[in-house]
Amino acid sequence: MEQKPIPGADDPALIAAFEARIASGESIEPKDWMPERYRKQLTRMMSQHAHSEIVGMLPEGNWVTRAPSLRRKMSLIAKVQDEAGHGLYIYCGAETLGVDRHDLFNQLLNGTAKYSSIFNYPTLSWADMGVIGWLVDGAAIVNQTVLAKTSYGPYARAMVRICKEENFHKRQGYEICATLASGTPAQQAMLQDAVDRIWWPSLAMFGPSDKDSPNTGELLRWKVKRKTNDELRQRFVNLTVPQAQAIGLTLPDPDLTFNAETKNWDFGEIDWAEFFDVIKGNGPCNRERLEARNTAHDDGQWIRDAATAFAAKHAKRGVEAP
Amino acid sequence: MSSTPPTPSGTPSGAPADSHWPLWEVFTQGGQGQPFSHAGSVHATDAEHAMQNARDVYARRGEAVNLWVVPSTAITASAPSDAGPFFDPGNDKAYRHPQFYKAPRGVKVL
Amino acid sequence: MSAAKSAVRSGGGHDEGDDVGVATGQAVAGTRSVAGTRGPVLGAPLFEYLLRLGDDRLILGHRLSEWCGHGPILEEDIATANMALDLIGQAASLLQLAGEAEGQGRDEDALAYFRDGVLFRNCLMVEQPNGDFGQTMMRQFLFDAFSVLQWEALAQVSHTGVAAIAAKSLKEAKYHLRHSSGWVVRLGDGTAESQARVQRALDSVWRFTGELFGRDAVDDAVAALGIPVDQAAMKSGWDAIVDEVLARATLVRPADGPMQRGGRTGRHTEHLGHLLATMQIVARSHPGARW
Repeated sequence: MEQKPIPGADDPALIAAFEARIASGESIEPKDWMPERYRKQLTRMMSQHAHSEIVGMLPEGNWVTRAPSLRRKMSLIAKVQDEAGHGLYIYCGAETLGVDRHDLFNQLLNGTAKYSSIFNYPTLSWADMGVIGWLVDGAAIVNQTVLAKTSYGPYARAMVRICKEENFHKRQGYEICATLASGTPAQQAMLQDAVDRIWWPSLAMFGPSDKDSPNTGELLRWKVKRKTNDELRQRFVNLTVPQAQAIGLTLPDPDLTFNAETKNWDFGEIDWAEFFDVIKGNGPCNRERLEARNTAHDDGQWIRDAATAFAAKHAKRGVEAP
Repeated sequence: MSSTPPTPSGTPSGAPADSHWPLWEVFTQGGQGQPFSHAGSVHATDAEHAMQNARDVYARRGEAVNLWVVPSTAITASAPSDAGPFFDPGNDKAYRHPQFYKAPRGVKVL
Repeated sequence: MSAAKSAVRSGGGHDEGDDVGVATGQAVAGTRSVAGTRGPVLGAPLFEYLLRLGDDRLILGHRLSEWCGHGPILEEDIATANMALDLIGQAASLLQLAGEAEGQGRDEDALAYFRDGVLFRNCLMVEQPNGDFGQTMMRQFLFDAFSVLQWEALAQVSHTGVAAIAAKSLKEAKYHLRHSSGWVVRLGDGTAESQARVQRALDSVWRFTGELFGRDAVDDAVAALGIPVDQAAMKSGWDAIVDEVLARATLVRPADGPMQRGGRTGRHTEHLGHLLATMQIVARSHPGARW
């Protein structure tokens, strides 16, 4: 589905008509006219989102071979597998914008594309599998539930499917946490340590604070985004604090207090210097994550070539596939 | 199953550079007798490969009892600019719907 | 050499043949005799047999799960994970049944996570390292072809627990065979490089295929318990599947040289210990913990 930029694009009358459609709640479909800037923003958001799913397989994949029971092993494999599936759904959605997955992959592999900073932190104990499911998937669900109402049809449809599948991720994560919380002292310590490490990076997942997100106004007007980063972050904190309390965990933030007036949980300032440093590529695992993706890609080259060559030969001969 | 591999999209001649596999659209049937609906797409080299990928990607949770895979290039879509002439004329033909017709009082089943 | 001949031919020093002791349940009383049995001493036949079935799937499923996140293409990552999930699921059912047969209160996790390597009963093929994706798929294909035949036979037995697991697993194994044979054909008949690579993979793994069709006292003993399945008799069916796929893959079937055996009696390759060290580390570090 090749999309060519329309000559004379971004003429004000077309933009006005486009914005009127968005304002009336219509969804935008691949062949509809859209401002180049809308196309660009969506391509950027969707590819970053898809990359995050793919890179996100690595920190959890790190514990698949060490899962401490067969049931946990299977649910972790199924979860990592879902992430591959979700990456795939979103890449396919992005392809309707006229880019192809191959090019998006290359941007990930050569380090020019961004992905969620959370995946550049290491997973150091089994408890991380619980806490990632609970906090990281929890944060992702808050974000994605809103994205399911985004104005671009293919993205919204991918999100609906993903949200349906992802509820199990968060529940299995929280179940691991609850089990560890009621386990041996060593298990409880393992869990608290994981929460201490992962809490702040999960808050940072919602992106820079609103005053530092220059695109937010435009994205909200076009209903690509439906809530600001800070609104979503607050919603996540409000949802999560009672869940931490329910299993006796402390969250590593001395400023965390319930604000009776706003009915929100107020929280401390995110370490933005660290956030931007990780985004720039200097997080604890940026290098390892990209290397792992590149190795998988390079090692798979002969496989992909072989499959292509096989299909070409058999297309010519007109015989059956394997 | 017979395979009719599509021309790889965006690569008009020869082998696609760097193994860029063609795109296939996947349709799933949720239950016996139900209509097939579009589930998404996959990349694959040939029809059997596309079928297997579609099974693993779009039927992991028992969502399907049947699958279709179609080369994306084989789909012709109506253009947004056609929307008016194509679909609006269907909107005012009330006589195509049963509610248009009155039944005499007292007739319960028609 | 004919396939039938090759099935009974055994070379090398690893062949245990029928020379294994099966536990009789009699305690050794009085003075210890210095003269023991020649082969390793095994547990009760049904327990041993279920471990063989279960450990094959557990170890192969574990190996496949090592690919998680590192596959050659996104779609294949998902497919490989699906096969791993099927196999580990089969293993969990089989090991649970094994624990019940043993009657010592061990469940599937106790058996998976708290047995040492010499107590594992999987065949040697499944514990071999993954190598590249071609090696993984070749090993998978050779095992799948065997597994389909094994489940077909087991689905017919009168032991209801085994027959039920077999009926479900057979469907999964058939799909695995379709998937792995598809890759063997694609890679074999793909590029010159891929053909050379999978031919090498085939040549290298071939020495582990003979063990699949072994038959010993455990098999004889479970026949009397309602599981009269003869692996040796599956060889010709396996040959037919393998020959047909290798022909389409334009690959050359290796000559049957000396076969490596020992997994069924706990005499493994060195690879299993490392696999278990990883798999069992968390569970073993916290004995008695729930997860």
